[in-house]
Amino acid sequence: MDVLLDNTDIFLRGFRNTILLFLVSAAGSLILGTILAMLRVSPVPVLRATGTAYVTIVRNTPLTLVFFFFVFAFPLLRIISQDDFTPFLGAVIALTLYTSAFVCEVVRSGINTVATGQVEAARALGLTFGQSLANVVLPQATRSVVPPLVSTMIALLKNTTIAAGFSVVEAGAIRDYLSERGESVLIGLLWVAFLFVILVIPLTLLQRALEKRWSVAR
Amino acid sequence: MSMNLFDLPGPRARARHRIYAVVGTLAVVGVVAFVIFRFADSGQFDARRWEWIEYAQIQRDLIDALVNTLKAFAIGAVLALIFGAIFAAGRLSDHAIIRVPSMLVVELFRAIPLVILMFVFHYGIGLGAPINSVVLGLMLYNGAVLAEIFRAGVLALPRGQSEAAYAVGMRKTQVMNLVLLPQALRAMLPAIVSQLVVLLKDTALGFLITYEELLRYARFLGSQAQFGRPLVPLTIVVAAMYIVMCLLLTWLAHYLSKRERRSKKHLDLEGPKPEEVQLASALSTGA
Repeated sequence: MDVLLDNTDIFLRGFRNTILLFLVSAAGSLILGTILAMLRVSPVPVLRATGTAYVTIVRNTPLTLVFFFFVFAFPLLRIISQDDFTPFLGAVIALTLYTSAFVCEVVRSGINTVATGQVEAARALGLTFGQSLANVVLPQATRSVVPPLVSTMIALLKNTTIAAGFSVVEAGAIRDYLSERGESVLIGLLWVAFLFVILVIPLTLLQRALEKRWSVAR
Repeated sequence: MSMNLFDLPGPRARARHRIYAVVGTLAVVGVVAFVIFRFADSGQFDARRWEWIEYAQIQRDLIDALVNTLKAFAIGAVLALIFGAIFAAGRLSDHAIIRVPSMLVVELFRAIPLVILMFVFHYGIGLGAPINSVVLGLMLYNGAVLAEIFRAGVLALPRGQSEAAYAVGMRKTQVMNLVLLPQALRAMLPAIVSQLVVLLKDTALGFLITYEELLRYARFLGSQAQFGRPLVPLTIVVAAMYIVMCLLLTWLAHYLSKRERRSKKHLDLEGPKPEEVQLASALSTGA
């Protein structure tokens, strides 16, 4: 308990950055992921192929490697000036690009669960691709999309810890500061693990509840 | 899957789609060209930065690093499968005294980030060589996910299967080993292989605790001034290696599920399929 209480400042700072990293990347990956999913079901073959290529490449690359690229190698390309670049920004880009591939798959499989008759009816009424997707398919897909989406977000929350290895001060990096202060690293890490369990369990319960509630109606 | 979100395009729609296709192609080509231009402009394609590939020693070291990655993957995969099997059996037990602790262990290791798990083993407890912590972390985390997959696979079988087996007088162990597992494994195989892809990707986390795997070697070689700090070329090479390895595994999963669907022993399952459970719980985790 002492390790936690004597170093509240580090724990607070670490978890605040973790949650900030999570929220920014979650928003980014939801938007990018939905756009990618729309590309993957669009009537234009080139756009479909682009979406598929992106998802295939990103899903088969370790997240650590994506981080590696955006924190170490990306600044070398001088796309943005060296002063503007922070490891936090690199971490946000890496997490957003990586997670959006998974969001895309979840949304796309959700679109596929909507009964074909719904789309056919929408088309028979003369709705365009965009209209039938936005007004008919996506609202109905939400039901089967949200529970796995919550799981993807849980994974994102846990994945933020990888940023600790790339000089972002977040929950995973609490260890460095503790060992600097000569505190017990093991107890500190167990506290971090415990706090993550506290953060993840409500989300898991939410996901289970949504799954139970929404799977009945179909 | 083959859901038609759009009508067969008429002449005007075809013209519009052609415009979209041109704009889309231009956008994609533009982005790719911009990235390649930046790579070239900052000198990443200079011959000097690619010279390292020609050194026999570096090739050997790179292969060694690859072998280390594969070693962690192989040991971790075997241990995770065993751990998963044991805890799935525990969760399916009729005795609450076994079922509840197994459930707690599985939920606990699924909730803790793998990085933190590895940090605890490496920096907290101090298990010596980094590979011990890497393998142990991979085993506990992926084993917990695999346990859920196994459990879902067994539960997804029609109830009639176990009822019939009990009716002919089999014991619990016999029902599980002779009737349920052979059918469940068949259905679970693709989900298990995709979890192994996750495990393979997670070995890259060893980088964070100084395990001498591909990324660590890339970092080391990438900072060598005599080769012009070829970090970007190395990242490209290492990424290609990982993508090829993962695609091979994914392709194996596809092949197995296709073969399974064709087979005469195929069984249409009701309820959530193991793949869906995995999509909901595991596919997107890890690195």
